[in-house]
Amino acid sequence: MYIYDDYDQKIVDARVAQFRDQTRRYLAGELTDDEFRPLRLQNGLYIQRHAPMLRVAIPYGELNTKQVRVLGEIARKYDRNYGHFTTRQNIQYNWPKLEDVPQILADLAAVQMHAVQTSGNCIRNTTSDQFAGVAHDELIDPRPWCEIIRQWSTFHPEFAHLPRKFKIAVNGAKEDRAAILVHDIGINVVKNEAGEIGFQVYVGGGLGRTPIIGALIKPFLEQEHLLSYLDAVLRVYNRYGRRDNKYKARIKILVKAMTPEAFGAKVEAEWAYLKDGPQTLTQAEVDRVTAFFVDPAYETLAGDDAGFLAAKASNPAFARWVERNVFGHKKAGYACVTLSLKARGIAPGDASDKQLDDVAALSDRFSLGEVRVSHEQNLILPWVKQSDLFAVWEEAKRIGFATPNIGLLTDVICCPGGDFCSLANAKSIPIALALQESFDDLDYLFDLGEIELNMSGCMNACGHHHVGNIGILGVDKNGSEWYQVSLGGRQGSAASLGKVIGPSFAQDEMSEVIEKIIKVYVDNRHPDERFIDVVDRLGIDPFKTYVYAGRAARKEAA
Amino acid sequence: MSKIIRDRQIVEDNATILRLNEDGSFAAVPAEGVVLVSLKQFIAQKEALLARGNIGVWFAPDDEPEELGDEAKTLAVIAVEFPAFTDGRGFSIGRLLRERYGFTGELRAFGDVFKDTLNYLYRCGFNAFAVRADKNIEDALKGIDDFTEYYQASVQQPQPLFRRRETV
Ligand code: SF4
Repeated sequence: MYIYDDYDQKIVDARVAQFRDQTRRYLAGELTDDEFRPLRLQNGLYIQRHAPMLRVAIPYGELNTKQVRVLGEIARKYDRNYGHFTTRQNIQYNWPKLEDVPQILADLAAVQMHAVQTSGNCIRNTTSDQFAGVAHDELIDPRPWCEIIRQWSTFHPEFAHLPRKFKIAVNGAKEDRAAILVHDIGINVVKNEAGEIGFQVYVGGGLGRTPIIGALIKPFLEQEHLLSYLDAVLRVYNRYGRRDNKYKARIKILVKAMTPEAFGAKVEAEWAYLKDGPQTLTQAEVDRVTAFFVDPAYETLAGDDAGFLAAKASNPAFARWVERNVFGHKKAGYACVTLSLKARGIAPGDASDKQLDDVAALSDRFSLGEVRVSHEQNLILPWVKQSDLFAVWEEAKRIGFATPNIGLLTDVICCPGGDFCSLANAKSIPIALALQESFDDLDYLFDLGEIELNMSGCMNACGHHHVGNIGILGVDKNGSEWYQVSLGGRQGSAASLGKVIGPSFAQDEMSEVIEKIIKVYVDNRHPDERFIDVVDRLGIDPFKTYVYAGRAARKEAA
Repeated sequence: MSKIIRDRQIVEDNATILRLNEDGSFAAVPAEGVVLVSLKQFIAQKEALLARGNIGVWFAPDDEPEELGDEAKTLAVIAVEFPAFTDGRGFSIGRLLRERYGFTGELRAFGDVFKDTLNYLYRCGFNAFAVRADKNIEDALKGIDDFTEYYQASVQQPQPLFRRRETV
């Protein structure tokens, strides 16, 4: 992984000093609330329902175990012994004290971490595939490009105060696990016919109030032009994105209003001035950064480890976990393990200080000291030998991270919602917990197969509900909490947005609603047909009819 | 008389920022002193204004540097308004004036300008800062150096770090 040199360290340290001074001046009354707000947001600090919330960046989801331990240490020292992993490869702390935040940032900087631009109207943490560098279906490792973008976007002087937040995601595998089509800029790292690396650039994707799939504006951008081209896109957005209405301020609205073709042409015109300028990447820089992402010292193995195969054959529970939580590795004899942070009774994405310590120890022992974070809010051990899988499973069970539910209904993607977030219309965690409860029977859960359920507490769509096979959105109806349900969304290379099935439901109806949706699926599926395939084949009507049947008497929300 | 920061010095400044009248018509240019007129007024009354002398131009966030173009080179002062520091359009205006239109005179930020905004402004080519009257200007001056190392190319440091980085 990338390791800071003196320059990188100096830049992050300068930020800590700056924020220390800003916090001091705020507490001394020299900065008003309105002045301090954008400044603290650019350091990931929100003021939430109960306390400040601090969002720490995990650039493109990569961590070493030293960093994992510090994340645990921060939870212990400054918070209530846990952190929450988000849908954008960040970790959030819900209970830090404002006065402590400068010191937390200093503790992070000591292990080459930060909270820079994790919030606010600026370029946010760049996200990527949680299996980058190890996935069996990877074409090009996206991490060097993510790091190059991270450095370019960090304290970019021109783009610190954009019309709205700006999110970039990078994918380098066959299957897009970085959700690039629903980002402000989505980048696919590709090779042209001559074998040269370049980028497909998508713009204007996003969820929120106006969900839109990104448009391809650059089919092949040569690698050396990455940063000058990004400068051009951002400059057009910075100058012409709407600032009069925050709901219309994202780049997707500008791209839509101009049309992707006209937007692309405007970018090209701007880029004509910037192209071949000083931001043109040098081969030396590409090589320097790429050199950090070489494979760790792994063993050459044959694959199909006999002990592993025997354990799988004789232990159905282990086999089940392997089926769901183990992902194919590019190296023979190795596997990627997803530790599920979606256990029954725990808010999705939450991990305690103790669990973080345990994960660090587990990775040191079995995964060459690397840990990843996925946008599905789980943790990954990317370098596990097949022969160690059984031991990892045993240990993961002890930690509480071995629920064999990756990709299944209870692997819920869920924002913090009304329990923590001051923007929420409704709580999301209780719905998730109720769902875990009602689908606790593993046989049934496995029989249902892959179903992605995503939930957001408000239109901001942090839980990416539009791209859930089942999407749940919290809505406010006369001050009470209601939930709107959509079906048919999906993430990945064929990303599409779900359709709302009808009027929203009260919280106490939700378990029954989900059960009914599942029943329609079960009653109608052909063998081997996934939930999403049935929705595609039948449309939403049969679901709608069954879910709303006999419900007319109940007071509905729009 | 008020104070501004110019080239890292706190100096007296007497320039007048001439806004349009409320009905959108051009205000009369005072006979004396340095006057900064809006881009619109400058374009409309260019010859008379240049004949008067002591004229600079100020930009609102939605003004287009393209409309001034290379004419920028002939001016001694251009100011850019930041109605709120969270409106970042002025950063792009600054860079365009400096990097594309060859402006080498005084580039001044005014409006919601205070310590925490100076470093980015400085990097985008601003060398003068009309700090908000209710803020401590001495303190604000220190904000220029909140950061002294940067990744990106900018007006202040035309080479990105990756072209300067000494690797061991
Ligand atoms: S979706 Fe809404 S409620 Fe959920 S975290 Fe985002 S802003 Fe908060």
